[in-house]
Amino acid sequence: MRVSTSLADFFARSNGLARGLTGPGLVSFLFLTVLMLGNAVAGEWLPLNNDGIHDPRSRGIKILQQPREALQSLTPDNAGNQVRWVQALDKGEIRPRERLFPNTEIRKKDLDIILDAKGGMPAVRFPHRQHTEWLDCVNCHEGLFAMTTGASKISMFKILQGEQCGVCHGAVAFPLTECARCHSIPRPGSSKPEIPAGVNLRIHQSSGQGKP
Amino acid sequence: MNWWSRLLRSTGIFAVFLLFLLISPGETQAEYADVVINRQSEKNGMRPVVFPHWFHRIRFRCKVCHAELGFKMRAGSNPITMTDIIDGKFCGACHNNDIAWSPENCDLCHSGRPGLPTGVYGGHETSGPGRY
Repeated sequence: MRVSTSLADFFARSNGLARGLTGPGLVSFLFLTVLMLGNAVAGEWLPLNNDGIHDPRSRGIKILQQPREALQSLTPDNAGNQVRWVQALDKGEIRPRERLFPNTEIRKKDLDIILDAKGGMPAVRFPHRQHTEWLDCVNCHEGLFAMTTGASKISMFKILQGEQCGVCHGAVAFPLTECARCHSIPRPGSSKPEIPAGVNLRIHQSSGQGKP
Repeated sequence: MNWWSRLLRSTGIFAVFLLFLLISPGETQAEYADVVINRQSEKNGMRPVVFPHWFHRIRFRCKVCHAELGFKMRAGSNPITMTDIIDGKFCGACHNNDIAWSPENCDLCHSGRPGLPTGVYGGHETSGPGRY
């Protein structure tokens, strides 16, 4: 019987609590609704003072550029920064500097590497062109990957641990949820997979086929 | 109890729930690839540094910092000090009042929430490269 009395007690107390909160509760509810509507209008990029890592009391907050201001006009994406960075660069929407020092050699390469994937996933096309737009050879070779094609044993396990491709993909480049952007080459002889009834297509359609 | 007070009560409870969701600690929704740098900052009485990749990659390609300036990719693996920055190394290669603001503008970089550990923030899925 002790349990039931304490339960009744609990309900009585929470009733009292709720009644006590009705006035200010309604006000705060309206306030929050306005806040949330404001957020919905403002888009997906959070303001800096509300992003969880900036200190709202810092004087810098008022001066620093807001992500939304910088990113809203760039080619949109559904992952990461919500920006297709390679497309934004290719289209000239952004023109990032390639070097600071005049003597630095700018090295670029246009060569696709096809990596056959185990386990029935479509093969991976690694395009050097898009990568060397951003990076220099030394960022990957000879450290993360050997120069010789096929000499590096690449595994999704390591990538998901933040090694190999995962040093950038999943941290700063498009995230690892975008399988089809890398696994973009269907296996020879493979039939198109049949989509079972009742599967939500929108989950998979959004990650563009093989686009960088 | 009539329907009106019942409605008021449920909105009250709902508002408390929402408020709780909003102020629940530990939840960070930083922009993808934001890096918190806090090896030295808080030890020396400053807020942690927030480095926004999105801002910098609009202006510079990855290779400028990660090849020319020698920033290692793994967050937390670079021993950045203010002495180095003032000497023109690391951030100081640009933050020199020529290309970007000078290191005297402490609050613009040291704007992070106190107590945050060094690492990559903003919903990355891997356990690296923030791990080191």
